[in-house]
Amino acid sequence: MDKTVNQKAWFLVLPVLVLVAFSAVIPLMTVVNYSVQDTFGNNQFFWAGLEWFDDMLSSERMWDALARQAAFSAIILAIEIPLGIFVALNMPKRGFWASLCLVLMSLPLLIPWNVVGTIWQIFGRVDIGLLGYALDKIGVSYNYTQDITAAWITVIVMDVWHWTSLVALLAYAGLQSIPDAYYQAAKIDQASRWAVFRYIELPKMAGVLMIAILLRFMDSFMIYTEPFVVTGGGPGNATTFLSIDLVKMALGQFDLGPAAAFSIMYFLVILLISWVFYTVMVNLDKREGN
Amino acid sequence: MEWMAWTLPTAIFFGVIACLLVTFTVLAIKFPETPRVGVLRIETTRGDRLFITLLGSAFINLAWLGFVGTNQPYAMIVCAIYAAAVFRWV
Amino acid sequence: MAAANASRLNGKAIVMGLYLLFLMLPIYWLINMSLKTNDEILGVFSLWPQNLTFANYATILTDASWYMGYVNSLIYVVMNTVISITVALPAAYAFSRYSFMGDKHLFFWLLTNRMAPPAVFALPFFQLYSSVGLFDTHIAVALAHCLFNVPLAVWILEGFMRGVPREIDETAYIDGYSFGRFFIKIFMPLIASGVGVAAFFCFMFSWVELLLSRTLTSVDAKPIAATMTRTVSASGLDWGVLAAAGVLTIVPGALVIYFVRNYIAKGFALGRV
Repeated sequence: MDKTVNQKAWFLVLPVLVLVAFSAVIPLMTVVNYSVQDTFGNNQFFWAGLEWFDDMLSSERMWDALARQAAFSAIILAIEIPLGIFVALNMPKRGFWASLCLVLMSLPLLIPWNVVGTIWQIFGRVDIGLLGYALDKIGVSYNYTQDITAAWITVIVMDVWHWTSLVALLAYAGLQSIPDAYYQAAKIDQASRWAVFRYIELPKMAGVLMIAILLRFMDSFMIYTEPFVVTGGGPGNATTFLSIDLVKMALGQFDLGPAAAFSIMYFLVILLISWVFYTVMVNLDKREGN
Repeated sequence: MEWMAWTLPTAIFFGVIACLLVTFTVLAIKFPETPRVGVLRIETTRGDRLFITLLGSAFINLAWLGFVGTNQPYAMIVCAIYAAAVFRWV
Repeated sequence: MAAANASRLNGKAIVMGLYLLFLMLPIYWLINMSLKTNDEILGVFSLWPQNLTFANYATILTDASWYMGYVNSLIYVVMNTVISITVALPAAYAFSRYSFMGDKHLFFWLLTNRMAPPAVFALPFFQLYSSVGLFDTHIAVALAHCLFNVPLAVWILEGFMRGVPREIDETAYIDGYSFGRFFIKIFMPLIASGVGVAAFFCFMFSWVELLLSRTLTSVDAKPIAATMTRTVSASGLDWGVLAAAGVLTIVPGALVIYFVRNYIAKGFALGRV
C-alpha cells in the first residue's frame, strides 16, 4: 500500500516527539556529559576526558557482566522460542478452552517483576518452597543462594516461566492467520506433519517470530528486577547481569562517571542490535509484501 | 540546567550531531533521495547511511581506545575512511 | 483416521495441561502461603493451609502504608496510560497513513526507546526530576514510563490502523468531515479494539515496572512494588504478608486481562497479523 506524501503529518507526530525527547534525549545528553567528568558530589564536576571509558574497557567486571548477560540471553532465547512455538502449536484453536488458555497464559506477564522474583524466591526455598522442598526430599541438593549452578537454573527457569507465554501468544497469533484451506491442501497432498510446519506454519509465523525474538532478546538483555530479587546478583557475582551491575554502580555507589561510561557502551550495543533486528524485520515484511 | 553538567567538548559534540541532522534534512528537501541496495543487501537512504556511519564511528572510537589507547584523535581518520566507504558502497 | 485424530487431540491436551500446570504451580504456592500464618509457613510443610487465615490480607487492607502503595501505583499507571494513548493516537495515524520526511528514522528512534534499558535512564531521570521539583510525585513516574510505553503504543496502534482501509478516510473527507470529527466519530470506533489493547499494554508495562518507579519516589508516591521490600520486621521476614501483597498485585492484571482476552494474541503481535 503506497502512502501519500504529506509533510504536515509531522504535526501529528509532534506531541510524541516532544514527550520522548524530554524523557529520552535530555537524560542521554546528561549521561554523555557525566561520562567525561569526575565528581565528588555537590554538583561539582571535573574534566576527566576518556578516562572512564578506558577504565571500563579494561575492567574485568564489565566484561564478565557482559559475558554473563550474553550467555543468559542466548540460553533463554534457545529455550523460549522453540518452547513457545511448540506450545502455540498445541493450543486449542477456538472456543472456551482457547480463551481459558489465553487468559491463564497471560497471567505471568501481568505480575509485577519484583513479585515474579518473590514468587520464585519463595518457591525455590528448601524450607518453605514447594520446588525447593520437593527437590530436597528426592535428594537433589539445591540451594540457589549458595550454589552457582542452582542460582543460574533458578533464574533461567523463572524467566522461562515468566516469558515463554509471550512467544507462544505471538506464534499463536501468527498461526491463527493461516486459512483452513492451506491445511486442507496439505492433507490432500498427504504432507507430513513436519512438512506442514516447515512450509506452511513457519513462514506464516516468521514476521511475528521476529518480533518475539526482538522483544525477548532486548528484554532479557536489560533484565534487572527478577534476578535481583531472587539472588541479589549472587552467589558472589554469578548472576550479576549488566543492568544489575550498572544500578549498583550508579545508584548504589553513586559513581557517576564510570556508570555513565558504562551506560553509553551498553546503549550502543543495544542500538546496534536493535538496528540489525529492525532491518531484518522490515526486509522480511517487504519480501512478504511482494 | 546545572545538574546536566555541560562541558564545552560535549556541547560541541552534540552541536556537530545537530548540524549533521539539519544538513541532511536540508539535503533531503533540496535533493530528494532514492533508496538503493548496497553491499549489505539492504535498501538504504542517505539518512540510513548517516546512522550507520555515526554508530560505526562510535564503535571505532571505542575499539581504538581499547586496543591502541593513545592518540585518540587519529581514530577520527579511521572514522572518516569508514564514512566514505559507507556512503560509497552501502 | 478418527482414532488418530483423537490421540492427537489428547496429546495436545496433555502438552497444554503440563504447560499450564507449570505456569500455575508457583502462583498456587503464593496464594497458599498468603492464607497461612507465619508460624505455619515456617513450622509445618503443607500443600494447603491447615489454619485458614485472612489476617495477612487484613494487615494490608487496613494499614495505610500498605494500601497506599496500591493507590500510588494505580494513580501513576492510569496517568501514564492516558498520556501514552493520547499522544500516540495521532502519531500512529500519521505513521500508518502518510509518508513524510524522516518517518522511518523517527519510527526506529521511537523503537530504540522501547529497547533502552531502564537502568541506563534511572540515574539521569533521578537528577532530571529532582531538578524540576517533580521527584516523588506520581506524574514523574508516569512521564518516565512514557519512555517505553509511548513507543509501544505507537507501534501497536500503527499495526491496528494499517488494517483499516484507506478508502474510509478518503470517503469521509469527501463527505466533508473535518480531520478531528472524522477521527473521533468514524476512525476511533473502527480501531476501538486496538486502543483497548494498547491501553492494556501500557497499563501492564507500567504496572510491572519497578526500577524507575522505585528510583523516582520515596514516600508520597511510593509504589506497592517498593513497599513490598520492607516486610522485614524484628522477627524476620513476614512471609505471609509478603505473599498476600504479591497476590493482590496480580489481581488488577487478572481483571484487565479478562476484558481484552479476545484481542490479546493480536495485541501481542502488535496488531501485525
